[in-house]
Amino acid sequence: MKSVTNVIICGTGGQGILLASEIMCAAALLAGNDVKKSEVHGMSQRGGSVSSHVRFGDKINSPLVEKGCADLILSMEKMESLRWSHYLAPHGKLVACDLAITPMTVNTGHAEYPDVNAIIEKENLPVTLIPAVEIAEELGNLRVVNVVLIGAVSPHLPIDEVHWKKAIEERVPPKALEVNLEAFRKGRELFGN
Amino acid sequence: MRKKLNTIEEGTILLSGNEAVARGAWEYGVHFASAYPGTPSTEILETIAEEYDEIDAQWAPNEKVGLEVVAGASFAGARVLSAMKHVGLNVAADPLFTLSYIGATGGIVIVSADDPGMHSSQNEQDNRLMGKAAKVVILEPSDSQEAKDMVGEGLRISEDFDTPVLLRLTTRICHSKSMVKVGPRKEVPVKGYVADIKKRVPIPAHARAMHSRVEQRLEDISAWGSECSLNRIEEGDTSLGIITGGISYQYVKEVSPEASVLKIGISNPLPWNLIEKFINMVDRIVFIEENDPYLEENIKARFLIQADGKNIIPIEGELNPEIVRKAVHPGTTREITFSEIKLPARPPALCAGCPHRGAFYCLSKLGGSSTGDIGCYTLGLMPPHNALETTVCMGASIGVLAGIEKAVGREGMGKLVAAIGESTFVHSGITGLIDMVYNGNTGTVMIMDNSLTAMTGGQENPTTGKNLRGEPAPVLDLEKMVAACGVKHIRVVDPHDLTEMEKVFKEEMDREELSVIITRRPCIMAYKPIRKGIAVVDSEKCISCRLCMKLGCPAITWDGEKPEISRHLCWPDCDMCVQVCPVDAISKDMGGLT
Repeated sequence: MKSVTNVIICGTGGQGILLASEIMCAAALLAGNDVKKSEVHGMSQRGGSVSSHVRFGDKINSPLVEKGCADLILSMEKMESLRWSHYLAPHGKLVACDLAITPMTVNTGHAEYPDVNAIIEKENLPVTLIPAVEIAEELGNLRVVNVVLIGAVSPHLPIDEVHWKKAIEERVPPKALEVNLEAFRKGRELFGN
Repeated sequence: MRKKLNTIEEGTILLSGNEAVARGAWEYGVHFASAYPGTPSTEILETIAEEYDEIDAQWAPNEKVGLEVVAGASFAGARVLSAMKHVGLNVAADPLFTLSYIGATGGIVIVSADDPGMHSSQNEQDNRLMGKAAKVVILEPSDSQEAKDMVGEGLRISEDFDTPVLLRLTTRICHSKSMVKVGPRKEVPVKGYVADIKKRVPIPAHARAMHSRVEQRLEDISAWGSECSLNRIEEGDTSLGIITGGISYQYVKEVSPEASVLKIGISNPLPWNLIEKFINMVDRIVFIEENDPYLEENIKARFLIQADGKNIIPIEGELNPEIVRKAVHPGTTREITFSEIKLPARPPALCAGCPHRGAFYCLSKLGGSSTGDIGCYTLGLMPPHNALETTVCMGASIGVLAGIEKAVGREGMGKLVAAIGESTFVHSGITGLIDMVYNGNTGTVMIMDNSLTAMTGGQENPTTGKNLRGEPAPVLDLEKMVAACGVKHIRVVDPHDLTEMEKVFKEEMDREELSVIITRRPCIMAYKPIRKGIAVVDSEKCISCRLCMKLGCPAITWDGEKPEISRHLCWPDCDMCVQVCPVDAISKDMGGLT
């Protein structure tokens, strides 16, 4: 039996990637795992690509996921999901928010935003696109997009629902707890299977 | 909501390396800490200020001062910690090298956060070489638990052996989280200040004796280090022996769990006895270390052994499990199912609403450019502004501009100005300006004052009006300071007012005397936006001239024919796009604020 789960959470600066990985680590910890996560701060805060590696299991050494080994990639932005696709294991899943954020290189005419859906089809990538922004808008709070996505991936990871909920309680301010739990529930119900 | 960390006295918690260093400082009785922010070290002092009230913590104007104040506190018998990024240690090198001779009364731990891979730095220097040159003890943790423990070990070594201790972290240690077993704070009394001239005044007569003590100290610690648990042999298959330390140790355990490993925790002085034992134990030796061949060169030189190292492990960039696997077990790399896809880069950009945008837009519009410095405004080099042409180190923009004028005269300098943030100016730009005045330069220095150390995430500095703990603090008067340097022409302008900004640039670039332009508007991270509405485009009026695209605002994208402005990204307190539109096609919509 495989004893380590490898996850990459990615997107662009300011999308709540670090909070999402905090919640995932807290849930994995509550489920009794050894946990490591790694990310790089600094320049990434100014709208650049951001990624967080999360690993949990019996005993973790490297905080970095190896190429070809990710059980799950969770991307908060469509194109960014492709940036990490070569990290996916053969059985891996890729869940991405159906949202395009244009990089400055495209704005200044130095590059073109790719046709993400065409690439997904061509490369036969195991991608599920989720309209998490629309769901968050329905819930009246755009800041819960990341938690909708956490809800959507939660059934694919070996962590019980109770630990996810407890992790969210630990990590979000009391004022925003209810809407975050609702966002988690929606994501889990609508896209969990 | 989670509890403040100084209320948790037992258990296991998930901490980053930086948070673990802060925790270690608290548990092992550090009284005083000082730092200048620098990625990847910044969160150490921030965590101390937020979580551990028992430690007196403060931002210093630069790393040299940061180290000097903790040195003084150590002289008075307090346990101290100073933190900085790797290049910060260059600034603090002057006190470091002599503090090594003087030693420590209260324990001194100096954190150097190196940045292999240059995630947010201008070079990839390996500060194990700096620590060795300074003849101080270097400790290197491999995870957060060790980062915490090594603060305690470091303070003990510092006091027992009378030496400063360099705790060398790397980005991957600083910003990775792992489990840490925590305990309560152990109070250590401050010993009190007692004058000791022979110990603390390194006039040549004293310094010669000090140097002898330093050399003896290194021998003593090397011998002790062969017995202590910070360096250890993990015996496995003896056909392969790997010598490693820091984060590289984790990659070795990941890809080569069966090999024998010598884990070096004290990188200076090296534990020669233990190393000799390991060499005699294994058939083949491989050095796995990031960046410079520090362990490899030192150990090969001492024992004249044949071993693999930088011939199979790159000297540039960060290591990772793939690189180590390929080097140690060639032919066993993981199968990649999905191929790597070539995508547009997503570099960082100035935030929507950033006041620096106005200055770079106007500079670029006038055909000007700048000698640059270290901060968010280094992004002025990117398209569409293309308005920054050099960066060396903190404060260098001013000296470099002065030197260009010395080489090619005012004519040859063209429309170059120096661009430096207020925090960087206070850090080490002031002396450059004094040099310009003193030596008769005529250029224009632009101090980009957003009253916050922004690039590292928004830290307070002497111009902010607040200290590290968010308490009110005196505001440094930049105009008076610049005037006191002898600058006669000082202009203060709001860079968001594009007409005024352009006018001031023109006037000061034409002036045949030295001038300083202070562009003053707070960083958007420093305040809640004044709600002036979200910018919207009237596509009927828009003539597709693309002038708004020249702002390089991340909220404005081009749909092929017309601009679109994201209501999620637009900053309500900014209307530069409204100002640049020649046909009034952009206006502020008071509805739709999110």
